[in-house]
Amino acid sequence: MPGDVSAFDLVLSGDPGLYAIVRLSLLVSLSAVLFAALIGVPAGALLALTRFRGREAVIVVLNAMMGLPPVVVGLAIFLLLSRSGPLGSWGLLFTPQAMVIAQTVLVAPIIAALTRQTIEDLWVEYREELAAMNIGPARRVATLVWDARFSLVTALLAGFGRAAAEVGAIIVVGGNIEGFTRTMTTAIALETSKGDLPLAIGLGIVLISIVILINALAWGARRAGERYAG
Amino acid sequence: MLVEARILAGEVAILDGLSLTFSAGPPTVLIGPNGAGKTTLLRAAMGLLPLTSGRVTWGGREQAAPDRRAILFQRPAMLRRSAAGNVRYALAAAGVPRAQRAARIEELLALVGLEKFAARPARRLSGGEQQRLALARALARNPALLLLDEPAASLDPAATKAIEDIVRAVAARGVKVVMSTHDLGQAKRLAGDVVLLHRGRLLEHTPAAQFFAQPRTQEARKFIAGELLV
Ligand SMILES: Nc1ncnc2c1ncn2[C@@H]1O[C@H](COP(=O)(O)OP(=O)(O)OP(=O)(O)O)[C@@H](O)[C@H]1O
Ligand SMILES: [Mg+2]
Repeated sequence: MPGDVSAFDLVLSGDPGLYAIVRLSLLVSLSAVLFAALIGVPAGALLALTRFRGREAVIVVLNAMMGLPPVVVGLAIFLLLSRSGPLGSWGLLFTPQAMVIAQTVLVAPIIAALTRQTIEDLWVEYREELAAMNIGPARRVATLVWDARFSLVTALLAGFGRAAAEVGAIIVVGGNIEGFTRTMTTAIALETSKGDLPLAIGLGIVLISIVILINALAWGARRAGERYAG
Repeated sequence: MLVEARILAGEVAILDGLSLTFSAGPPTVLIGPNGAGKTTLLRAAMGLLPLTSGRVTWGGREQAAPDRRAILFQRPAMLRRSAAGNVRYALAAAGVPRAQRAARIEELLALVGLEKFAARPARRLSGGEQQRLALARALARNPALLLLDEPAASLDPAATKAIEDIVRAVAARGVKVVMSTHDLGQAKRLAGDVVLLHRGRLLEHTPAAQFFAQPRTQEARKFIAGELLV
């Protein structure tokens, strides 16, 4: 298939346009995972360790939000950021920042829900020992998050996988502007519809390679950590 | 001292109208068949279980529970840290200054015969090793009252002897030890006084010598003779 050959040529020749796209994709998704972790890990830990009325309902909703349709999240953020929207004055629509916001909203529930489950399981195990050692609430949270850190990596990975793979949210709020908000997934969608298959396939190969690489790194880190901490 | 302590699980009483005084001196040993309420009593004494009715007093005052209490659970949970890390955590929780921790860790691990396993993840230790590590962790609190729930249940004869020596040494230093066991020989070897529990009730609380020579109740006679208590 001649298409395949030119796709590999594109990747191997280091086409500058292609690399700008890859760079932006990584920047957006990794920033989103970072912000989502800053929100989702504490929120998940808090939900795991507190008891209040309606908690079960919150957990059900949170778990459901793991499957939020990206396009709908994109639409919601679009409405917020559009010129007539409540945050229109920020002027962020069709910028990489808007894409980071949309992906953060998409990923935070995933990280929060998985963190909640992980921390709660560990707490069931630790609960009496920590109580017997008179551990206060702040130290309890710190202990559980620290001891669960290798499992929490999995939550971050799930979040990254989701962010890196989605196209619906960023295409709506980013607009797929060449050289500014074009990412791997939005470019693949566009090039495929235009019929430029070599570029689409090349980007697809790069995207999958990056996802595999990041998972491999995290897996290695987790194994090393478990060997050290059990 | 427990006064008329009663603990209900739903409708069922797991401890019923139980009054018990732990006086200073050699260890108090709790015996009784499975489900008698030994673990429940120890957890209540540790302050981990609220009484449904009745009260716990310490030296006559209800509030002033000694801060320096420690418990070794029947199935201790290991923190996801090294053996030394587990002891270090307990020392930190007990407020031992950072500068003294390393020396104390070494001392405590040597005391329970785990000095060679300091760096091993605690969850990779064998059941008996974990139990000894949990004892080191309890001793790290430098307790005035030490509660041990079947401390030698999964230990080999040598380790059992080591634990019994530790219990004797600790008790000789003036620490009040309250422990449960299914090993009547161990009860004979260690006990100053014996508490026989059956179905959440206290059947007998007598000096050890008297308990084994002239048990007062029919049930105690049966229990010592190795008959089934139903
Ligand atoms: N949270 C709970 N809810 C309901 N029942 C409970 C609960 N905890 C303990 N029980 C019951 O209370 C009784 C006493 O339990 P406990 O663990 O104190 O017994 P034990 O004397 O320590 O027994 P063993 O020798 O098997 O360790 C048992 O019948 C147990 O099933
Ligand atoms: Mg028990």
